[in-house]
Amino acid sequence: MATKASRTAARIMMAPAVILLLGWMLVPLIMTLWFSFRNYLPLRGGDLGFAGFDNYARFFSSSAFWPAVGATMIIVIGTLIITVTLGVLLALLLDQPMWGQGIVRILVIAPFFVMPTVSALVWKNMFLDSVNGLFAHVARFFGAAPVEWMIQAPLSSIILIVSWQWLPFATLILLTAIQSLDSEQLEAAEIDGAPKVKRFWYIIVPHLGRSITVVILIQTIFLLSIFAEIYVTTAGAFGSKTLTYLIFQRVLESQNVGLGSAGGVFAIILANIVAIFLMRIVGKNLDS
Amino acid sequence: MARSITNKQKTINTAFAWGIGLIIFFPILWTILTSFKSEADAIAFPPKFLFFDWTLENYAVVQERSDYMRFLWNSIIIAGGSTLLGILIAVPAAWSMAFVPSRRTKDILMWMLSTKMLPAVGVLYPMYLIFIKMGLLDTRIGLVIVLMLINLPIIIWMLYTYFKEIPAEILEAARMDGASLGKEIIYVLTPMAIPGIASTILLNVILAWNEAFWTLNLTAAKAAPLTAFIASYSSPEGLFYAKLSAASTMAIAPILIMGWFSQKQLVRGLTFGAVK
Repeated sequence: MATKASRTAARIMMAPAVILLLGWMLVPLIMTLWFSFRNYLPLRGGDLGFAGFDNYARFFSSSAFWPAVGATMIIVIGTLIITVTLGVLLALLLDQPMWGQGIVRILVIAPFFVMPTVSALVWKNMFLDSVNGLFAHVARFFGAAPVEWMIQAPLSSIILIVSWQWLPFATLILLTAIQSLDSEQLEAAEIDGAPKVKRFWYIIVPHLGRSITVVILIQTIFLLSIFAEIYVTTAGAFGSKTLTYLIFQRVLESQNVGLGSAGGVFAIILANIVAIFLMRIVGKNLDS
Repeated sequence: MARSITNKQKTINTAFAWGIGLIIFFPILWTILTSFKSEADAIAFPPKFLFFDWTLENYAVVQERSDYMRFLWNSIIIAGGSTLLGILIAVPAAWSMAFVPSRRTKDILMWMLSTKMLPAVGVLYPMYLIFIKMGLLDTRIGLVIVLMLINLPIIIWMLYTYFKEIPAEILEAARMDGASLGKEIIYVLTPMAIPGIASTILLNVILAWNEAFWTLNLTAAKAAPLTAFIASYSSPEGLFYAKLSAASTMAIAPILIMGWFSQKQLVRGLTFGAVK
């Protein structure tokens, strides 16, 4: 059906989107790369010339680098473990026959639609606050001393908040996957006398395998760059400074653009490593 | 799964699922309830669930003290504007990839998706600099453009998958009857694609409404949307739980309602067809 004229028309119609995305991708990226090799301090003299790999060396050897890598990994891995485990269980539960299934689904999905600044501040103040938070009330009710969550356990607090935001996403995608499972296979296994646990491990889990991979990859990409949840709770204090937050501070707060850009290049490479795996799965699906 | 099940089992499932659903929903419910309390009731111990003096005062105070309407308006302009602009650019692109595919279509789609993987913080300073140089810092138009660009890959992907479901024969028939390309798109394709376009708009308004990296970093007083307005509660003065709750409830209510309608599109839009 594709005539020569329609091909030309197709190209013209794609042009705006392609040009915009190309510009959006290349211009800032090249600028970041350029800055990462410059000694660029906008508030202290501006661009002070070529810096070689100094910015990279300083970024990786700074005392803040490894703690930031650690905090990032704890938040990402902690959130992934919680959301994927609970997501599988919740999806299995929601797949069972029950009354009011639609309403329960709505209740479970709701946190995903709450803007990050709201969920972070509501959790921080109304639940985790050591004086007036609900958790402190409960602790006092049982005679325990309230925990200063944001100071004593900032990473756990952030994992809690972020898991609450992302559990709906994992649940919804895994539920979609479970519902596409061929029920005859399960029934056959049941008739053959396979116990419930075995049916779960040998039929449901392998079927969910790819969806779980997709959930992990997509969430990792988003979790690597969580920002608002830290910005409004600890502002990077008490050991909750992630790589994203560290780079933000270098670039905008201390205005050491060269140093921050070297970190930015690192963050881009890191995200791309995860993205390659995700793209491979998406690409395979596009073929079929 | 269509299996016979006893009523007892169903009752247990129901109780269990409702319990967990309510626990997950509780922070939102608690926020909504607290927004109707006085500040004293909001921190009362033991906590008051339903038996308190219901008041609308917090909503009035939030509007009065901080000009809530301005932030709401900014959110509407930024989320709505970026989505509509994105749709205008994405419809022709998705159309041509779905109906006039070439050898490179798949590569282009994959490349577009890859731009979505770019971590925002990696290009924070360049964007900041470009915004200053072009006078876009703290303007709504600047944010409309940035949010349009970050969501454009998702919009194109969603539209592409919806367009793919429309049988090409129908378009061919229209062409045989002498419809021009423009007419074909307006009179044949668009009516069939409206549900898909509507879902795409819905999901992207939600994503843009809740975006909290660029909206926090590229706005100050003038163009700040609700995400930035709520963030101003991170340095509180005095009792503020009820006011925080009222502001939060107003900020999330429209999106919660829209979100409930877009559950199915969520999977399609955020997994790029990797889960079906």
